[in-house]
Order: sequence, then C-alpha cells, then structure tokens
Amino acid sequence: MNKFSVTDLTLKYGDFKALKNVSLNIAANEITSFIGPSGCGKSTFLKTLNRMNDLVEGCTITGQVLLDGKDIYNDMDVNTLRKTVGMVFQKPNPFPMSIYDNVAFGPRAHGIRSKSQLDEIVETSLKQAAIWDELKNRLKKSALGLSGGQQQRLCIARALAVQPDVLLMDEPTSALDPISTLKIEELALTLKKDYTIIIVTHNMQQATRISDKTAFFLMGEIIEHGPTEELFAMPKDQRTEDYITGRFG
Amino acid sequence: MRKMAERMAAYRKRPGSLVLFLLTVFSAFLVCLTLLLIVGYILVKGLPNLKLSLFAWEYTSENVSMLPAIINTITTTLIALGAAVPVGVCAAVYLVEYAKRGSRLVALIRITAETLSGIPSIVYGLFGFLVFFVTFRWGYSLLGGALTLAIMILPLVMRTTEEALLSVPDSYREGSFGLGAGKLYTIFKVVLPSAIPGILAGVILGVGRIVGETAALLYTAGSVAGVPSNWLGSGRTLAVHMYNLLSEGLYTNQSYATALVLLVLVAGINALSSLVAKKLTKR
Ligand SMILES: Nc1ncnc2c1ncn2[C@@H]1O[C@H](COP(=O)(O)OP(=O)(O)O)[C@@H](O)[C@H]1O
Ligand SMILES: [Mg+2]
Repeated sequence: MNKFSVTDLTLKYGDFKALKNVSLNIAANEITSFIGPSGCGKSTFLKTLNRMNDLVEGCTITGQVLLDGKDIYNDMDVNTLRKTVGMVFQKPNPFPMSIYDNVAFGPRAHGIRSKSQLDEIVETSLKQAAIWDELKNRLKKSALGLSGGQQQRLCIARALAVQPDVLLMDEPTSALDPISTLKIEELALTLKKDYTIIIVTHNMQQATRISDKTAFFLMGEIIEHGPTEELFAMPKDQRTEDYITGRFG
Repeated sequence: MRKMAERMAAYRKRPGSLVLFLLTVFSAFLVCLTLLLIVGYILVKGLPNLKLSLFAWEYTSENVSMLPAIINTITTTLIALGAAVPVGVCAAVYLVEYAKRGSRLVALIRITAETLSGIPSIVYGLFGFLVFFVTFRWGYSLLGGALTLAIMILPLVMRTTEEALLSVPDSYREGSFGLGAGKLYTIFKVVLPSAIPGILAGVILGVGRIVGETAALLYTAGSVAGVPSNWLGSGRTLAVHMYNLLSEGLYTNQSYATALVLLVLVAGINALSSLVAKKLTKR
C-alpha cells in the first residue's frame, strides 16, 4: 500500500527549479532511502512531504502529494500533517530545555496536559528510541549536555512522542561517530514495522544496509527508483551506475 | 622571562611598535585611573556624609532625606518598564518572526529606532512636557515622567530583543514546527525562552538609563521632594534629587552622599545585568 504518492511535483526557489516534475510512490512500513550528489534536491523533496518548505520565502510548489490518499497541500491542516509526518534533522536540534520537556514538547503542543499521561508518553518514546536506560535517571537534566549521538536519538524520541505514521530523516547520522550511526541504523530497522521511514543519506553503504527501496536523485529529478538490492546490483540508468560506482558526485 | 627578552629584541628592531604598545597600555591605564578617581572621590566625600537622617521617612529641608526619592525612582522604573517592555518585545517579535525578512517596513522601523535612540534626552523631556503636562493637562506627574522615560528606552528594548531573537537558531524553530506546533506556541515556548538572557540584558540597560536620567524628568515629573499620593502627583527620582540639592547650593555634602547611593545603585544594576546574562546563557 502506498503511504505517499507524489505526482508531477515541481518546486521553485524564486526562479530556480530545485525539483522538476518528480513522481514517486512510497510504500508503508518500509525504509526508503534517497541518494544522490549534494545539491540535487533530496532535502528539498523530503521537506515537501511535511510542508517544511512553507517556511521558505519565495518557494512555490506545483503538483500533487497524497498522504493516504489525502492531498496534503489542499485537504489537510499543516500542523496535523506535521504531527503525522515527523522529521529528524541533519544536525541534532534538541531544545534548550530538559530531556523530559524535549520529549513532552510535541504532546503538550497538541494539548496533552495530564502529568501521568505525559510521563507515560515520555517513557515509551524514549524506550522506542532505545535510549531510556541511558537517560531515565537524568530526565530533568538539560538535553544540551548529551553527546551528539544521544541528542539525535532524543530527537527521534521527540518525533515519536506525537505518534506519527511517517518519519523523515535528513542525513541523520552525518554529524555522528560510527557507533552512534550504527545505533541509529538499528533503531530505524526496528521502527519500520510501525512506521514508514524515509531517509536521506550520503552514504551508500548505509542505504544498502537499511533500506528496502532506494531513489536516486540528480539535478532535481528522480533518475531511478526501485528495490535497493536491484538498484545497486543492476542499475538501469547509466547515470545511476556512474554514481554508485563513484564515477561522479 | 625568555619571552620578555624576545619581545624586547623585536621592539629594538622596530621601535615604532614599542611606541604603539606603550600608547595602548597608557590609554588603558588612563581609563582605569579616571574611573578610580571618580569612585574614590565620591567615596571619600560621600561616606562621611552618609547619615541615618538622610534616609528619614519624610523629606524636610532639615534632613533632606533621599528615601522619598528612592521610592519615586523605584515607582518610575516599574511604570516605565511596564509600558516599554511589552511594547518593545512585541515589536521585536513582529519584526523577527512575522515581517518578511528584508522588507521595506522592517528597514524603516529599524532606522526609526536607531534614530530615536540617538536623540538627546532633553528632547524627550520637551516632548513629554508638551504631551503629558500640556496636552493631557496632567501637570508635573510621576506618570508623565515615567511614560516619557518609557518612550526613551523603547528603542533600546526593541533593538536588544530583536538581536536576542535573531540569535535564536532557526533549528529550534524548525524542530518545533516539525512537531506540528503552531507559530504562537513556537514563539512562546521555544523562541522567547531562549531569548530571555538577551532581553533581560536590554531591560537592565534600560533600568540603568532610567535611574540615571534627569533631563527628561525635570519638565515632566517635576521636582517635588516627597512621595506623591498618586501617580499624577509630582515627585523627583534620586538623580533629580541630587541635581536639585546641588543647584540649591546649600546641601553640597548631602549631595555627595546621594551621589554615592546613586553610584552604588547603578553599579549594582550593571553587575546584576552581567550576572543574569551569564547565569542564563550558561546552563
Ligand atoms: N532555501 C533555499 N533557497 C534557495 N535555494 C535553495 C534553498 N534550499 C536549497 N536550495 C537549492 O536547491 C538545491 C537543492 O538543495 P537541497 O535540497 O538542499 O539538496 P540536497 O539535500 O540534495 O543536498 C540546491 O541547488 C540548493 O542550493
Ligand atoms: Mg540535504
């Protein structure tokens, strides 16, 4: 079943076309990775899926993005969309508040006030992000004191706390050490049974390690999209082959 | 020691840089010396004149008590802040969070604020006099004085708040929007709390200006030496009190004591501001 179905999406920053007539279906409960040289529009595409591009002045979008059959640009409230489609950023960005308040931030923003309910959400979210044991004794401490890897897993927990269906991750491990990277990859693999995950990555090994499907971007277009193994073993397009064999990018 | 020798050798080669070095040291020394002289002078002159009667509840021409002036200073400060801080902070929030970046309006408001903060305070005094004393027919009033001061520090509060908001990383805003939080929620729960140290620094600078101000108050709040029964009565702040003591010529000694109290007050406020800023930014 398709979680997202994108048709003929074109996005412009002012006069610059960052995405050109992109169409793509993304299946539920799978990990899809976006690969491609930097500046080819991976982040831009990811951000059209939860309308973070709305924040960019001068950004115009045409085309259609359906989430579970609903047009996210016309038939959906943007805050509800972002609650359903969570996002983890390239640089860990915990808020300058306690670990507890970070995780409880989303639920509170959506009107949950009861202490016991928040306690429960914080605990389950941190457990889901496999970081409960490390943090359970310092929930009241500032999140800024955590290591980069812990901060990123906290940000994942924070995103999970609003009970999204989809998790968008924009190069979530590019600022992390190899061990933290591995932990986040394992985490993504366990989360995919409950969530649809889309991950942008610079690292092709990472794409092969964790993703079911891969899409290859080049200059604002999707050149090739398919099961990860196939795409890496027998790329159909010459440009895909050039990229994955390291001939450019 | 070896470092010293090396430096001396370098200076011998280039005497010009030695001269420059000595000049900078001398200037730094001069700055410290001026401060020390002023503080020392006021301490020496003020301390012996600091008597309990100067803090009597009621002002009389015998005790020339400064306590009413201190109370007026506090009242004036609170009213002025109460008026200027909400307006200044809201204006800054509009400029940073709502207005289009780089729009004409923003540039205009910024230039206006900058110009306003360069205007001599006596001009604010005249403006306050014309508006509150003459037009509103309040006469000399604590409220008129305080509102004049509020107008005077408004650009300062707005600009420092704006700087503080601009220095809040966009990643915080993205993080909050990304969780589906609305704009107001994001501003109140993420952006403003992170900007508080900067805002407070601006507010405390504003307090410093209020406490030290005389020119803007002489023709607005007037110079009655007691505590007025309500805000529409006249009353002098500590700085105005000192100005009056000096100009009356009979109470030079007492005005030194007043100067000492004023100095301690302003120094205390400055110390508080850096302390607060440090405490809040560290965490
Ligand atoms: N806010 C923006 N305003 C203008 N141009 C942008 C903006 N964000 C990205 N771009 C441009 O769009 C193109 C795609 O960027 P991006 O999606 O960040 O690429 P990727 O994530 O694949 O490295 C780049 O050429 C970039 O310069
Ligand atoms: Mg990117």
